[in-house]
Amino acid sequence: MLDRLQALGHIGLEGLSALGRSGSLLAHVLIARPRPMVMFPLLLKQIYFVGVLSLVIILVSGTFIGMVLGLQGYTILVSYGSEQAVGQMVALSLVRELGPVVTALLFAGRAGSALTAEIGLMKATEQLSSLEMIGVDPYRRIIAPRFWAGFICLPILAAIFSTVGVWGGALVSIDWLGIYEGSFWANMQQSVDFYDDVLNGLIKSVVFGFVVTWVAVYQGYDCVPTSEGISQATTRTVVYASLWVLGLDFILTALMFGDF
Amino acid sequence: MENIEDFTINISNLSFSRGERSIFRDLNMQIPRGKITAIMGPSGTGKTTLLKLIGGQLLPDTGRIELEGDNIPTLSRADLFEVRARMGMLFQSGALFTDMTVFENVAFPLRVHTDLPQDMIRDVVLMKLQAVGLRGAQALMPSELSGGMARRVALARAIVLDPHIVMYDEPFTGQDPIAMGVLVNLIRRLNQALGHTSIIVSHDIQETLGIADYIYLVSGGVVIASGTPAELRADESEQVKQFMHGLPDGPVAFHFPAGDYQAELMKGF
Repeated sequence: MLDRLQALGHIGLEGLSALGRSGSLLAHVLIARPRPMVMFPLLLKQIYFVGVLSLVIILVSGTFIGMVLGLQGYTILVSYGSEQAVGQMVALSLVRELGPVVTALLFAGRAGSALTAEIGLMKATEQLSSLEMIGVDPYRRIIAPRFWAGFICLPILAAIFSTVGVWGGALVSIDWLGIYEGSFWANMQQSVDFYDDVLNGLIKSVVFGFVVTWVAVYQGYDCVPTSEGISQATTRTVVYASLWVLGLDFILTALMFGDF
Repeated sequence: MENIEDFTINISNLSFSRGERSIFRDLNMQIPRGKITAIMGPSGTGKTTLLKLIGGQLLPDTGRIELEGDNIPTLSRADLFEVRARMGMLFQSGALFTDMTVFENVAFPLRVHTDLPQDMIRDVVLMKLQAVGLRGAQALMPSELSGGMARRVALARAIVLDPHIVMYDEPFTGQDPIAMGVLVNLIRRLNQALGHTSIIVSHDIQETLGIADYIYLVSGGVVIASGTPAELRADESEQVKQFMHGLPDGPVAFHFPAGDYQAELMKGF
């Protein structure tokens, strides 16, 4: 009994200490004095690695999810005779929920794990120590550009995801299932509100971008510098980032749409 | 060596522990200016840790580490980065940046710490690469280098800012005899040519005795002996003799502490 209590306390202390370390890392990144001449090329390079290289997976998944939504929506709505509303359904589910959430999950798997593994390997091969000894702050040189790149890219990727999703939905509904094009788009335009839907979805993806990238860079920077440690850290990035995204999605949805 | 000005680094009453385990207890050490000082000792005595303490990457529990008048552990983060521009460190693995060519790796400290024009950076980098014999490899990526070459590139990078102190972490480990000979010569020649203070952490006795001017033997968290190579060779104490001659038995046990050997074998599963 006492042992279990002790183990529980140990887990609690470990958790608090990890929270402190990740908070300190975030503080270092946020308050780092920006030097645009140095930072900008590094940031561009990371935006390429984190954002541009994630485009393919986002485009493909977005299209398919939009197509599935169109198909599913049609089969249900057609039994009520209101299949004209499928455009509205596709757009709202994408912009409010699936766009930000699925993009964040894919981003954690594609870019987050890569960030963690890269930073972890730099630590294991003493590149981070070596930077410190040369007199360069790894927070500024390594962590900050990667953090900001993820933060900037995720909302853009989510917007692209929703856009191609809507296009995929239209492809299935209009071109395949034969819904009248005019009512598909008109229903969508009437029901999707810029502030309530688009902007709230954007806010979600900004929050997810912050959290996912924070988890990824922290796990890499804090990992045990061995091959086993890096593999565990990479797994933790995907698991923790996904759980954070899903948990925060519920909270944000309740705050944004929960005033019943 | 009595005058304080003759020392680049002055370590006094240094204590450091990791968790429960004490690594250094009241360690005192003075590193003479412009010489090659070796810190030797069995594996696991914290020799690399000592270099990290000097570099300010770790903070000691107590004690002072004075480098040309600055007490390293009390420096702010910004000051520490300034001081580190005066240090060069050769890591055990080389620690080259894997996303840059050999040329860019060596040029990196210059780009960060100086405003030199491009052609001057190029000249300095080529001179340093020439000094380590790898001017021809400037366009290669670190992954295309052998271990010995990577370490020589790392050495060129460590000295590119003409630091006052160069620290070598196990420079000879895992090198073939030719690369080893090249490195020993390089360290000696660079020290004479550039006049910096060199600190070598190593347990390769012969190579280190060959080039060091002064040696500290560290074991169990304290300095157990110090002197010139000749003095240490003549030292009569058991601990020093065991280490200098590589004897398996002596005050430093070969076996990790364990129970009775026979009893454990007889016990079965």
